[in-house]
Amino acid sequence: MAEKDGRDLSVTSRLTRKELLSLYRQMQLIRRFEEKTAEMYQRGRIAGFCHLYIGEEAVAVGLEHVLTNKDYVIDAYRDHGYAIARGMDPKQVMAELYGRSDGVARGRGGSMHMYSRELKFFGGDAIVGGQIAVSTGLGFAVKYRQEDAVVVCAFGDGAVNEGTFHEGLNLASLWNLPIVFICENNEFGMGTAVSRASSFVDLSKRALGYNMRIDKVNGMDVLAVIEVIDRAVRYVKSEQRPTFIEARTYRFRGHSMSDPQRYRTREDVATWRERDPIKRLQQRMIDAGQAAEEDFKAIRSEIEQQVKDIVAFAEDSPKPPLDRLTEFAFADYKAPDQ
Amino acid sequence: MQKISMREALNQALREEMRRDMRIFIAGEDVGEYQGSFKVTQGLLEEFGQQRVLDTPISEQVIAGLGVGSAMAGLRPCIEFMTVNFMMLAMDQLVNHASKWRYMSGNILPVPAVFRAPGGGGQQLGAQHSQSLETWFVHAPGLFVMMPSTPYDAKGLLKTALRMEDPVIFLEHEGLYSLEGEVPEEEYLLPVGVGDIKRPGADVTIVSYSRMLHVSLEAARKLEGQGVDCEVIDLRCLKPMDTELVLKSVVKTGRLVCVEECWRTCGVMAEVAAQIQEFGMDYLDAPIRRVSGREVPMPYNKELEQACIPSAEQVIEAVNLTLGRKAAD
Repeated sequence: MAEKDGRDLSVTSRLTRKELLSLYRQMQLIRRFEEKTAEMYQRGRIAGFCHLYIGEEAVAVGLEHVLTNKDYVIDAYRDHGYAIARGMDPKQVMAELYGRSDGVARGRGGSMHMYSRELKFFGGDAIVGGQIAVSTGLGFAVKYRQEDAVVVCAFGDGAVNEGTFHEGLNLASLWNLPIVFICENNEFGMGTAVSRASSFVDLSKRALGYNMRIDKVNGMDVLAVIEVIDRAVRYVKSEQRPTFIEARTYRFRGHSMSDPQRYRTREDVATWRERDPIKRLQQRMIDAGQAAEEDFKAIRSEIEQQVKDIVAFAEDSPKPPLDRLTEFAFADYKAPDQ
Repeated sequence: MQKISMREALNQALREEMRRDMRIFIAGEDVGEYQGSFKVTQGLLEEFGQQRVLDTPISEQVIAGLGVGSAMAGLRPCIEFMTVNFMMLAMDQLVNHASKWRYMSGNILPVPAVFRAPGGGGQQLGAQHSQSLETWFVHAPGLFVMMPSTPYDAKGLLKTALRMEDPVIFLEHEGLYSLEGEVPEEEYLLPVGVGDIKRPGADVTIVSYSRMLHVSLEAARKLEGQGVDCEVIDLRCLKPMDTELVLKSVVKTGRLVCVEECWRTCGVMAEVAAQIQEFGMDYLDAPIRRVSGREVPMPYNKELEQACIPSAEQVIEAVNLTLGRKAAD
């Protein structure tokens, strides 16, 4: 089935009202989680570098709608949204932001380092492009064990100028690794516009140089993301080839909490805010008669309570004991497994 | 007991562990069809096939990342870098990734990967191919560093490394691959972070590792003729480092000479010397002496290069200084 503009909507046109509301719910949860994070950061409860996902929610939520718990995900340091969309407990994510014992990394990681072994979520990499190199290892393991799974490796537009991007895409293509590379192009690598950093701005073309299938998507439209990811996952599994997707998106807040944003205007941000992925889905459902304003209001009020509980959990979580500072640096050795 | 070269000992270790554990695979530049640039992986492609012995492009960052990611996903990668010099291109993956993921994830995601590389000088390979860069790795919490000097140690340590739950940097010396030594036919493993007294003695302790261990032994043999009984200790592992063994020896001898091929400033022996003075000052009868590589990029010319690498004569001189047999210049 195609929409008026010819886009393929074969997957999302079958989504039920319940599923659509669930997408709304997840995006709204991430939005409010991040807004709360900003608030608690400003109140000094959270420290360090803190990169919010506000504005980009449709990418992680759309992605996770398609993926299953067999699949692997690794991304960069703007990772709260990915962690929550993956299914990690937002309370533990918040506790990690607080640096507490109940945090996903028991207070050792912080904002940029969320992980879950059970959910095959490998972070949370705070070195730009580092996860692209690591993802080849995840892809190799999937292939080596002949698992029915894909690896999703997400990164920003800044990463395409790192050496790991080129080394990683080359190896993935050469070895036929089952990886979906997603470049979240939010127009800026910190404060530097893509056009000021990249020799050409059509970033998906970079992957053509590695003989890779490419696709592009409006990252402000969760349904479009689902369609594109669904096609990508089916392609990777059937062809046993990697693929590359460029998702055009935008962060409504600064790069991190300490960004005066002198590199863009208020008008720029306002224009992109009109494309808000959450409002877009809401309007679409209202227009289609699938839901009414009250339905969304009810969800939002549920989330308000949930976010309160999330913060209360983090506030109550104990600090990691100082005497266990060196724990986890290594496994406990002396006698190797003989 | 078989007498085999270091190269063969390493090859046996890889072969035995790969037979034992299906999770182990080898990847690196020219490890397969070419049979390894120093022939350590000779015959492994033939036995284990291209699923488990993989030639990679010349892309050190991603080769290291392949190791990090596959280890986190449950495999046991054994990554070979053609030389330690090329590991500099992979430092981000080794230091910012491999060493940190266990801790940074609160113990969720360990990285059980082995990263092997040959290195060291003495082959007239010039400044970019003759370095001893072990301290770069020793400095980073989260990495284990092994640097064996004999075929026996090499085999036992590499087998242990391949069974560990954390990343191991395993450094081999290009000048030792053909060195032969006795290796048992039956299986054995060596403990992590345990040094070895390669020659017992009573007068002076010489501590070293890798190829400099042999230079130290040569010095000890010559000194024996002069009536000086040296104890020669091989650290074998640089992280964790068995300075306890060195301290015990110093308690006995009261004198310590440290021999390393790497540069002196913040070198491996700077750490040994610091720890021994910190915990063993009362036992020292003379200042600790260090014999280290000269602090220049390695020159190509044979005589110039030899002048950069510690010799038995320099070790003898340092031992004599600690004995007060000659004034320091």
